Amino acid sequence: MNQRAAILSLITPAYLWLALTILLPLSAMLYYSFLSDVPIGNREVSWTTENYRTFFEKAFYSELMLRSFKLGAEVTSICLLLGFPCALALAKSIRGRTKEALFLLIILPFWSNALVRIFSWTMVLRGNGILEYSINWLLPGTGPLDLMFTYPAILLGLVHSYLPYMILTCYISIDAIDNQLLEAARSLGAGKLTILFRLIVPLALPGIVAGSFLIFIPVIGSFMEPRLLGGRNGTFIGTIIEDQFTAVFNWPLGAALSFIMMGLVLLILFGFSPLVRRLK
Amino acid sequence: MKLRVFLKFFSCQWLIVLILGGSFISAAEIRVLNWQGYGTDESWALEMFKERTGIEVVHDYFNSEQEMLTKLRTNPGVYDVVLINSAYTGQAAKEGLIEAIDTTGMVNVGDLSPSMRNDPKLVADGKTYGVAWVWGVTSFAIDRGDFKNAPNSIEALWDPSHAGRVGWRDDAVEAVQLAAIALGQDINNPSDLKAIRKKLRALKPQIRTFWSSEDEWNQFFSANEFDLATYWSGSASRSKNAFGLPVEFILPKEGAIGWLDGLSIPMNVPNRNEAKAFINFMIDPDFYVKWDTEVGAPTSANAKAVSMLPPDAFNRTTFSDSKKVANVQFMGPMEDGLREKIVELWQETKAYFQN
Repeated sequence: MNQRAAILSLITPAYLWLALTILLPLSAMLYYSFLSDVPIGNREVSWTTENYRTFFEKAFYSELMLRSFKLGAEVTSICLLLGFPCALALAKSIRGRTKEALFLLIILPFWSNALVRIFSWTMVLRGNGILEYSINWLLPGTGPLDLMFTYPAILLGLVHSYLPYMILTCYISIDAIDNQLLEAARSLGAGKLTILFRLIVPLALPGIVAGSFLIFIPVIGSFMEPRLLGGRNGTFIGTIIEDQFTAVFNWPLGAALSFIMMGLVLLILFGFSPLVRRLK
Repeated sequence: MKLRVFLKFFSCQWLIVLILGGSFISAAEIRVLNWQGYGTDESWALEMFKERTGIEVVHDYFNSEQEMLTKLRTNPGVYDVVLINSAYTGQAAKEGLIEAIDTTGMVNVGDLSPSMRNDPKLVADGKTYGVAWVWGVTSFAIDRGDFKNAPNSIEALWDPSHAGRVGWRDDAVEAVQLAAIALGQDINNPSDLKAIRKKLRALKPQIRTFWSSEDEWNQFFSANEFDLATYWSGSASRSKNAFGLPVEFILPKEGAIGWLDGLSIPMNVPNRNEAKAFINFMIDPDFYVKWDTEVGAPTSANAKAVSMLPPDAFNRTTFSDSKKVANVQFMGPMEDGLREKIVELWQETKAYFQN
């Protein structure tokens, strides 16, 4: 009995905090998503499902949703392709001071404000910007790159922002792999690729899955990077949702679109759940 | 010992009360809500105003009319003065966001052009909800270096020789109204939204990027991202005068979007008299002439102030020419139903713009 009270008193603050910071704002948004208008000022509001219906009636919303999911998948894949080898090297080959220095370099972007990071990318990428200037200086005559305001520019900005998540989660699970296991495999004649794909990758899967979700979910809702780096090509479901809150003042539609996106993300999570269960 | 601690605490409290009281006495600080870099926040003007009245001015900014309305709705009793495009003044008054202004004692109100002072968008039932401040037009501005001859038609925005070199403001109403001008439709009640949709879609190869604030426009322009871009007349003269950019504002033969901006006082205003003093200062010729000649401004609603500009000033020459402004269509209030249609049309168009 006493123990139960102790557990309860330890857990309650955490749950209260969760309820206060996540459940409460979310339920307020859920409430908004079923209203006909924002209930501020002298406005007449009524209950409606129109905001949700709009999404299914207008094809362009689902096109943009699909585009955002594609962006999420691409950013996650690139982060995995770049981050996994990096994590592997950090965990198994690099030791001592170098390792510390490399970790610092990986975490460093986190210390700067996201907006500042993107603005510095705009200076690098734009016509006559730092990147174009240095490439033309190294290889005269390459001409303009024209990267600014394109889809690849958005990819670049997002990968730069989210790569550390993948490296850190993969590092933790690769670091936990016992070196003796790898030596045993080698002594039994397994080649490097066999060890990588039949031993390291399966054992590091929890880190890969965790990193992928940490990246995929915020990327599909991202709006700052697409807006600043994408120009005319920077319209995604995230920017449309942001528009509803800041430019158009249609919070109900913005909320409904967010919940549809959340529902789709949950569906994907459920789709992956057999995999996640097997990992345990 | 205890007593000493108590006394210490007590005297501390008094100190706090004194500090708070002191700041309360010199509380002559007003909060203004406006676009960034739009006259009210010129540092020399605020110094001039403080010298005259002792009132300190702080600012908060918005990037769209809807954001301004949201800020008024969610922060009652915070702002003292707000700039409202007269097309939205009626809506703000109806929603109870702004109060009727008693203009007695505001000496410069008498010098406003009567047609603007009494504009039905600003005045309802004989009550003034917004004091006419400045007016101007929205069309586009060109980079003089990219044109041999300045175009005189709005079709320049659709000209294939400037494909991928056009800047466009990411604003549904402005986008649709510019297309309406190009198609010769009424901007406040477009007759053929289908044609407008087609016209906007034709911008896909043209647009380089969207802009949302004057500051952003200047940055893109100086980075040479645009040959030409939609713009506001007052901002264009600021980009030219204050930033030295090779900008030329075009008043197309098809017409342009006209707007009249008013200064209003929000409901539950914390410092009503100080707010009125500030609005009166904003329509003072002393402020306006300096603003237009040294920084760049739209046209003042104060006729006396405009007549005091140098004779070759853009705001005196272009806008006093009745032939040139004959095709300007002034923005009026818009029904919610039409606005929703326009917003959806623009979002669909932006989705279509994706490669």
